[in-house]
Amino acid sequence: MVEVHLWSGLRSLTGGQQVVEVQAATTGALLRELVRAHPQLQGPIDAGVSIAINGRIIASGLAEPIPEGSEVYLMQRLRGG
Amino acid sequence: MALDDRKSEFNFVGTRPDRPDGLDKVTGRAKFGADAYAPGMLHGAILRSPHAHARIIKIDASKAEAHKDVKAVVTRADFSDKPEFKPGLEGEFWNVLENVMAGEKALYDGHAIAAVAATSALAARDALKLIEVEYEVLPHVTDVDKAMAPDAPVIREGAADYSVPAGMHPNVVRYHESGHGEVEAGFAEADLVIEDSFATEATHQGYIEPHACLAMLGNDGKGELWCTTQGHWYAQKYCAAALGIETAQLRVTASEIGGGFGGKTTVFIEPVALALSRKANRPVKLVMSRSEVFRATGPTSSASMDIKIGMKKDGTITGAQGIFRLQGGAFPGAPGDMTAMCGFAPYNLTNVRQVGYDVMANRPKQAAYRAPGAPMGAFAVESVIDELCKKLGLDPIDVRLKNAAHEGTKANYGPTYERIGLVETLEAAKAHPHYAAPLKPGQGRGISCGFWFNHGGETSVSLALSEDGSAQLMVGTPDIGGSRASMALMAAEVLGIPYENIRVTIADTATLGYNDVSHGSRVTYASGLATIKAAKHAVEKLCERAAVKWGIPGDAVKWEDGCAVPSGPNAGDFDPMPLADITADMGATGGPISGHFEATPEGAGVSFGTHIVDAEVDPETGKTSVIRYTVIQDAGKAIHPDYVEGQFQGGAAQGIGWALNEEYVYGEDGRLQNSIFLDYRIPVASDLPMIDTVIVEVPNPGHPFGVRGVGETGIVPPLAAIANAVSNAAGVRMRQLPMSPPRILAALKENG
Amino acid sequence: MSKFHVSTQVNGDAVEFLCDPRETLLDCLRDKLNLTGTKEGCGTGDCGACSVTVEGRLVCSCLMLGVEAEGKQIETVEGIADGDMLHPLQKKFIEYAALQCGVCTPGILVAAKSLLEKNPNPTEEETRYWLAGNLCRCTGYDKIIRAVMDTAAELREAS
Repeated sequence: MVEVHLWSGLRSLTGGQQVVEVQAATTGALLRELVRAHPQLQGPIDAGVSIAINGRIIASGLAEPIPEGSEVYLMQRLRGG
Repeated sequence: MALDDRKSEFNFVGTRPDRPDGLDKVTGRAKFGADAYAPGMLHGAILRSPHAHARIIKIDASKAEAHKDVKAVVTRADFSDKPEFKPGLEGEFWNVLENVMAGEKALYDGHAIAAVAATSALAARDALKLIEVEYEVLPHVTDVDKAMAPDAPVIREGAADYSVPAGMHPNVVRYHESGHGEVEAGFAEADLVIEDSFATEATHQGYIEPHACLAMLGNDGKGELWCTTQGHWYAQKYCAAALGIETAQLRVTASEIGGGFGGKTTVFIEPVALALSRKANRPVKLVMSRSEVFRATGPTSSASMDIKIGMKKDGTITGAQGIFRLQGGAFPGAPGDMTAMCGFAPYNLTNVRQVGYDVMANRPKQAAYRAPGAPMGAFAVESVIDELCKKLGLDPIDVRLKNAAHEGTKANYGPTYERIGLVETLEAAKAHPHYAAPLKPGQGRGISCGFWFNHGGETSVSLALSEDGSAQLMVGTPDIGGSRASMALMAAEVLGIPYENIRVTIADTATLGYNDVSHGSRVTYASGLATIKAAKHAVEKLCERAAVKWGIPGDAVKWEDGCAVPSGPNAGDFDPMPLADITADMGATGGPISGHFEATPEGAGVSFGTHIVDAEVDPETGKTSVIRYTVIQDAGKAIHPDYVEGQFQGGAAQGIGWALNEEYVYGEDGRLQNSIFLDYRIPVASDLPMIDTVIVEVPNPGHPFGVRGVGETGIVPPLAAIANAVSNAAGVRMRQLPMSPPRILAALKENG
Repeated sequence: MSKFHVSTQVNGDAVEFLCDPRETLLDCLRDKLNLTGTKEGCGTGDCGACSVTVEGRLVCSCLMLGVEAEGKQIETVEGIADGDMLHPLQKKFIEYAALQCGVCTPGILVAAKSLLEKNPNPTEEETRYWLAGNLCRCTGYDKIIRAVMDTAAELREAS
């Protein structure tokens, strides 16, 4: 299981939970499982999210592996100038 | 991606050769956006709204259409109706189209309403006067706080996305909240808590080259576009959507780009020129005036911010909270989330909470501007830290070192930092002679840290070898500040051939795979990584070909200093075979040799900087002079140090303008009052001192040579560093940017 | 509107063109003579990207009409190099990395050349004030000022 930390603005979509546990070995699977567990997360995920795995920010890749026991944070999609 | 082949000793990387486009740029032959011409070309011009907010009742273009010099007139009806309106950023295709050409309403002063193509630029300009538009003027709002107030005019119902809490004004379209710990408990532990409010005005990227393009599009749906852009694949995608054609049928070539800083990461005139061309069936050139650039492109967001920070007597920050409200024009997209996440990012905080609002107002659609959102947040946060240091009698660098984030720190936005270089920049600042230099009466010193995420993004690179052993490298990220030199250095490093033997081209959309825009400080990181990988791909083939020539197995050959050599004593006894000896007969050993790499590199590595500024305030006039400026920033690894220094200096100079002079001034009528460079004054040579730089190199674990992006972080600390210097010089805390002479005089007066 | 016939000299070459009386010298250089090295950054004389010299005097070509060029000697960025020999300023700008995007570079080179012709030994302050009419948004001017000062020093040594 992976513990996914959400940003607090998402709590209203997960029944108040800021940490959600899902079974996922890749970033893509993680997003799928998050939506399966909390369908209301579809909106923010469609709007664009990044995933930090052990501090490394995955901007958009869905194929990045998530090693067992990783620290995982969902972040709003980063944009630059 | 596994990076087990990290390099730390370099032959080419870190040197300072002449840039490959230098000769073109000093002789005037480099071709920028407005420098292209085509046979039979028409000139376009755009009619713009004089109103900040108005319903478009009727557009009568019959007189213009009847004029002999006019070959086409377009309005929104000439664009695709496929892009759909959706809340927040989900409907960005629609948002961009709506910004390119107004639909039912004009949403800001300068919003495009219609366009013409005529036989000359003068004829096109004259023809605009023949178009009659009937408007119903609506109430408008341009200020961020007023736009959130209950009685504010609603710009667009339904633009708010899922994130906005119930009960907020419809102009609030996105909401971000993050942090950890309990801030109230943190404040309770503090010896001193300061709560204060700050505001910054919108500024423009101020690139010297206005937007310009040359477009050709036929009724067969096939088109060609030449334009000045930070990302021609983005332009291809958005133009195709706006025109209702297939993406692959539009070939886009990026001109030399005369500055962008984020402002050329989107499209404004390109779809209009294509629509005009399709209607006239002739090439159309469209060039913005400076006034159009100010009124209808860029700018950055304006911001209103509340900061509360608690500190112990020893300098430990016990709690930090920031509320950041950003106005981003008449569309969703103001980076309130970025401001919120970046503001406290330099610090190791137990209790932190940050809230960001994206607010719409009747202003042009904000565009990215160098670390979008971060400078304003740093201004507010670092001002309060400075005030705490002053009240508690603490050294501002010591306090920042005490609280500095490092590898293993839980970032304010959640994750744990990998190896980062903030502490190194602070230590370099403390050791720098600037920090110990005496100040004269009337002068003040300010320091600030700054943070930016950096970005990877979709990247494609191709490298092809020629028979004589030279190499052509095709990258897809427009070169804004010397990146062709950096790419050639990295390719030279891998191939082992001289820098001068490599020709780098910015490929058009028809000759290379997709590339994300030159933004997010990603070019040297991502295109650099792809260049290294493409060169390694070519090296693998070179080794195989040498093996063919020697008649030994491919894996018995390795690459050293530009030559194939046997990998060990058992592989055979052969002299090193130089690259050019292999390419000379590559047709016979298996065919042309190229290297390719396509990926979305995901290891950009965050970046930090620390700036030191000395400022002098004239109490008679309120004028501020920047006396001395030092930029210290972690570059990971500087590929071409001249251009790294250039990024540091340019970011600082733009920050000085933002801090002291630059602002969008709107009248009561909602119209922009200062749309030329005379009135919107960016720093000139006589305004600035030399800008010293210190390149700190803490390698990024996500890049084979350790590169971190350097383009954006340099604009994050200046607003705060200068505000701290000015506040220290004037003896009064400056809470609003720009710190123009009237504001400083008013602050001095209020302070008695 | 009928057009005017203008005969003038650009970078030593005799040239002629027809222009509308509303067209600027900048428009004529770029659109009629194909000398696109001179850039338009503002059209209001504030940015200096269109700097040229007319009869040896530094002007913004966007503030002068094409018809006013009649009989005048005009120098643009395209005339700074002598054949394949770059002017020392051009060499120093490359060596010092005194440009990033390069769009302001033509105007700055024309202005800096004009400065050194009038004042071979400018102070940093004199250089900064002379170039105050040429906006650069990329560099913060640091490397530009250094390149101009070093060119001046080199030219003094050579003379």
